[in-house]
This record gives sequence, structure tokens and C-alpha cells, in this order.
Amino acid sequence: MKRLTDLLAPLVLIAILLAGWEIACRALQVPAYFLPAPSAVAASLAADAGTLLASAWNTLAMALAALLIASLTAQALALLVALSAVLERAIKPLAVVLQVTPVVAIAPLVVIWAGIDNPERAIVALAAVVAFFPIFSGAVTGLKAADPDLERLFDLYGVGRVKRLLRLRLPSAVPYLMEGHKVAAGLALIGAVVAEFVAGSGGAQGLAWRILEAGNRLQTARMFAALVVLGLMGALLYAGLARLERFGLRWWRGR
Amino acid sequence: MEPLVAELTQVEVEYGKGQLALGPFSLSLAPGEITALVGPSGCGKSTALRLLAGLEEPTRGEVRRTARRGETSVVFQAPTLAPWLSARDNVALPLELSGLPRGQARGRAEAALARVGLAGAIGARPAQLSGGMAMRVSLARALVTEPRLLLLDEPFAALDEITRRALADDVLQLWAELKPAIVFVTHSVEEAVYMASRVVVLTRGPGRIGGEMAIAGPTPRPTGFRTTAGFRSAVEAVSTVLAKGMEAAA
Repeated sequence: MKRLTDLLAPLVLIAILLAGWEIACRALQVPAYFLPAPSAVAASLAADAGTLLASAWNTLAMALAALLIASLTAQALALLVALSAVLERAIKPLAVVLQVTPVVAIAPLVVIWAGIDNPERAIVALAAVVAFFPIFSGAVTGLKAADPDLERLFDLYGVGRVKRLLRLRLPSAVPYLMEGHKVAAGLALIGAVVAEFVAGSGGAQGLAWRILEAGNRLQTARMFAALVVLGLMGALLYAGLARLERFGLRWWRGR
Repeated sequence: MEPLVAELTQVEVEYGKGQLALGPFSLSLAPGEITALVGPSGCGKSTALRLLAGLEEPTRGEVRRTARRGETSVVFQAPTLAPWLSARDNVALPLELSGLPRGQARGRAEAALARVGLAGAIGARPAQLSGGMAMRVSLARALVTEPRLLLLDEPFAALDEITRRALADDVLQLWAELKPAIVFVTHSVEEAVYMASRVVVLTRGPGRIGGEMAIAGPTPRPTGFRTTAGFRSAVEAVSTVLAKGMEAAA
């Protein structure tokens, strides 16, 4: 019974809000280009489902590619940092600078480097920059998070750096890596959408481009429809990764 | 006479700028001897243990150890098991780290778990074990290498009284099989007197020896040992020395 209530509560609230919105639009005769009624958004969703889903897939594919690139580089660099204190001092400030620089500010540069004809490369690169930091910082923290008494046990047997990394620090870092990837996946999606806006070209045909295109034509209902798809995609991605994390932690901990 | 397992001579340990944490402090450990270190919090008991383990160097003084690498085991305050490994693989870890092939290490780990009464839990992960069981796995991990020197750093501090007593008896039973020298750090005077053939009392930090007492009686302890007059008077005597050491420092 409680589960049913938990499930229904947000749905009921959404239904009430949508009903209020619909009634207000009709009663006040709000122009459709300014604020379309939910029914108009639904109609647009149904009519443009094909293009919107294809665009959603484009954005998602770019975000996932960015996540993969960020994951590989962040973890490789974190390993180097874990093995050498000098490298840590060298790499960390650069990583922080990369993190605090707004992606919008470096986007025009990256677009030039990627070439005007390859907007998707620029988008993937920019999304990867955004996704890099949570994985890197999670990995660096995780590689240092081994139980100090377990470290002492390894000291007792005179275990060297590489073996210690493989047998102690990497396994200890697993929960931190999973958390980092969960956060990074959401950021990669946001990064991909922001980069699409900045790249401003139709070449990549992602969801952001659909929003821009519809906006330029004052097709406000279609803008909302694209937003709905974007929101749903983000929520699904997050839910999927949270589930994966729970599953992974259960495997790591044995329950 | 067999050589000493380890010997601390006039050691001092400083942390930070001249902050003396321990010493001057001397202690020698004969093979098979069970020594309890008792003292107030922050008196440097755990520091002394780390010196004996070779995990830390003294600022001054001399540490001599005849127990080679791999012949010293430590049981920490918490069970300190790797959550991603089964009980068996946790116990096999020190053997693997000293270069034994995995198959052999696992075989010996299973035997060690059987000795602490956990033959049925070899596949369990630490998260599936109770506090007492996890501590037994930790004991099995310490004993699997058949150490000459076993260092116990308040290993039962987090456990309930019944489990503490059961584990104390387990440790003494296991001691009888291999006869390692044991150094046992504890807050509890009763536990110290029950476990050890010699109790060393440290004064409040920087820890120095406030007194030393031999405890008579057979090891492992017979049933009802805690109710004997000898046990009670030893507990009283150690408590008095401990109180004096705290007064002197205060």
C-alpha cells in the first residue's frame, strides 16, 4: 500500500499541475507561441516522435562517447597520480583549472579545432571535459581511501607499489569509481546539450539543435516536446546508473 | 636459552616538534611469552606495538627484532578485513603477499578458519559476518602465517563482554598450538590479567613503565579462573599501579 502511495504521489502532483496549466491556457487564451497548452505539447510529441527520438539518440550517443573518453583518461591519470607524488603535484592543478573553466567559454575554441564540418567531435570533446573531473577526483580519492590498517598489513609484508595498487588500492577505490561515473554520466549529457547549443550547427542533429530550430520558427510546443524528451532521457540515464551502482556495490561487498 | 623475539631498549618516539609520545621505554620479549600492555588512552601503547612490528622507527633508542618479515602478525582494533574478499581470501592474503601460490594459500586459510571455528563461513564476505566472527577471521589471518610474534592492538575493544571473553579464550587456545610471543594492548585490567603471563603498566603519556607484574596460573586459563583469589588480587595490584601512574602524571 505504501509503495503504491509512493508511486502515485508524484504522478498525481504532475497530473494536477498539467490540468491547471491546460485550464489556464484555455481560459486566458494564451497564444500558443508564448505558452502552448500541455495538449498541444502532447500533440507535438506524437507528431515529431520519430525526429525527436532520433535526435535524442544522437545526443545520448555523443554523451556516452564523451563518458567513455573521460572515463579512460581520468582513470589513467588517476593511476599515474596514485603511483607518483610528483605527478600528483603536476597534474592536479591542471585538472582543477579544467574543472573550473566554464565549458561554454572554451567551446568556440574546441569548435575551431574540431573543424566546422565536425561539430559532433567538438561536442564529444566538450562533454568529455565536463565529465572528466568527477571521475578523476573520485578515482584519486578512492585510490587513497584504503583502510590505513590494511595498508599497515601490506607494510608488514613489504609489499611494493604496483602489487599494493592492484591488491589493495584499486579494489578499495571501486565504490568511489562507481559514484564518480554516476555523477559524470549526468554531466556528460548536460555537457553534450550545452556544447550543441554553442556549436550552433545542425551538423550533429541532437536534441539541443531541435530546441534551437523550433525556437527560431516559434514552434514553442515542439520546444517543450524536445525538453520533455531530454528530461526523460536524463532521468532514465540516472536511474539506470543508480541501479548499476547498487548492483555493483552488492557485488563488491557481497551483499 | 632461545634468543629474544624482540627487544626495545630506551626507545623514545616523538611526534611533531619534540612532542614525546612514548619513552624512554624498554621491553624484551621472550619466545612464547604473553605480555599485556595496559595504560590510559594516549600513553603510547599502540606506538610501542608499531615499533615491535617494525611499522615505525623510534626517534631515539634501539629496536632489535629477530622475527623476520612475515614472522610478525598484527591484529588491529577493528577486524580490518578487505570487504571485496571472502573470509577465506582475506585469511589467505598474507600468505599470497609473501609469495605463496594462491591454491596453497587458500588451503592453509581454510585450515586456519576451521581452527577459529569458522569452517562454515569460508565463502562469506566481511559484511555478512557479526563483529565477533569478523574478529575471528582477523585472528585466523594473523595466525595463518604461523608467526613468532603476534601483536594484538585492543582487538576486542568494540565487542560485547560475552564475545570478548570467548575470544580471549580462543586466543589462548590458539597460542597453545603455536606458542608465539604475544603482546596484547588493552584498556581492561581484567582482560590483561586473564590473558597475560606478564602485565606491563604504562604511565600517562609520554608512556613509561609504571610497573611490571608476573601473573601466575596455567595458560590457557581453566574454567572459573576469573573467580580465584589469585586473579582478583592480581587485578587489584595492577589497578593500583595504574592509578599511581595516572596520579604521577597528573
